[in-house]
Amino acid sequence: MMKDLLAVIMLLGIYSLLSSSFFVVMDAVDVAFTEAAVGAGISTLLMLVAISMTGRSEHPVRHKPLLALAVVFVTGSLLIYGTLDMPYFGSAHAPIHQQVAPRYINDSMQEIGVPNIVTSVLASYRAYDTFGEVVVIFTAGIGVLSLLSWVRRSGYTKDDDSYNQSMHEQHLILRIVTKMMIPFILLFALYVQFHGDFGPGGGFQAGVIFASAIFLYTMLFGMSTARRVISQPFIQILAATGVLLYGSVGVASLLNGKNFFDYSALSSDPVAGQHLGILLIEMGVGLTVTSIMIIIFFNFVSRRNNLPRKENQDI
Amino acid sequence: MMDTFLNVSSGLFLLIGIFLCLTGGLGILRFPDFYTRLHAVGVTETLATAMILFGLILHNPDFFIDIKLLIILLMTLFISPTASHALANAAFHNELSKQKDAKSNSEITSSKS
Repeated sequence: MMKDLLAVIMLLGIYSLLSSSFFVVMDAVDVAFTEAAVGAGISTLLMLVAISMTGRSEHPVRHKPLLALAVVFVTGSLLIYGTLDMPYFGSAHAPIHQQVAPRYINDSMQEIGVPNIVTSVLASYRAYDTFGEVVVIFTAGIGVLSLLSWVRRSGYTKDDDSYNQSMHEQHLILRIVTKMMIPFILLFALYVQFHGDFGPGGGFQAGVIFASAIFLYTMLFGMSTARRVISQPFIQILAATGVLLYGSVGVASLLNGKNFFDYSALSSDPVAGQHLGILLIEMGVGLTVTSIMIIIFFNFVSRRNNLPRKENQDI
Repeated sequence: MMDTFLNVSSGLFLLIGIFLCLTGGLGILRFPDFYTRLHAVGVTETLATAMILFGLILHNPDFFIDIKLLIILLMTLFISPTASHALANAAFHNELSKQKDAKSNSEITSSKS
């Protein structure tokens, strides 16, 4: 039994990283990239911040874990039994290869004109689903905001200054290397954002990478410094703007007489319209993901900073 | 001629990298306390990654992929020593002493056996 939550989180992160490498082996580079960025990167980090507030070890269990183990075991074996009926992995007769996949593979170059089929499926054919995902992330952000409101301490106190000085001595090397790295991380995020049409990448990964650069800055230079760069109302407006941008692209195509999220209505040339639509909605996704991640992280850290100072020396 | 030379040298670099990775892993398993383990991994890992990436650069004829690998190599050279430093620094500031860790470690091993 694992009682140390830090070890549990680390194992989860390692599992995510390994599963992203088997996605690479199966040639699903987009999924692998998302798994590495979201699963191994940001969610590990957010869980670490969460246990830094709640404490590192699990409470002793009062109920018997045997029943839970039995339920998990039975459910697991039923699921494995269910997969016996499914077609073999990579089988050409699987329903997925008979229905929509041939159309995506054969026609997406004429219809969408984007070399990366994953992006054209995600952002154009399946734009509804992606819109749903963005709304889910937005809802998560709203949930965190309403549960843990961002508590403001008044200004920049002297206590902060002395704390900052001791941080500076302790983390000098980290601070210098971080300052060198942050521009490259931000640049890489922008590359992932705008190169998503041609290679693996897109709004989700780019947003997470962009947010992680800001997390790094916040962890090393403190909340009060980071808050001078990013203010709460600004980031909230940004989060809502992303969803609004995504939705209004759909409404714009509706007003032009095509279906919701049929971007070929956006321009006189259908393929150019698709390009414009994908660019805009990826922007929306990137904006929302970045700002929601920053909102969640800042709320966690602010709440933690309001705990007695003795406990928060290592962030 | 050129091809064989490139292949052999890239294989050589990859082998050195693999050997260094193995020694680092062995160090984590065999060394007694936190600092020596970190030393084993932190020192070998940087060079091992560099060697493996260098072997891959020699192996790959595509110029743009070479540039990308080179950038990854540069980033690793910055990040890996910094990460080791951060770990050691955190352990030092939280007063993880050598004896304490070695003692708890031996307790764990003795309770296992």
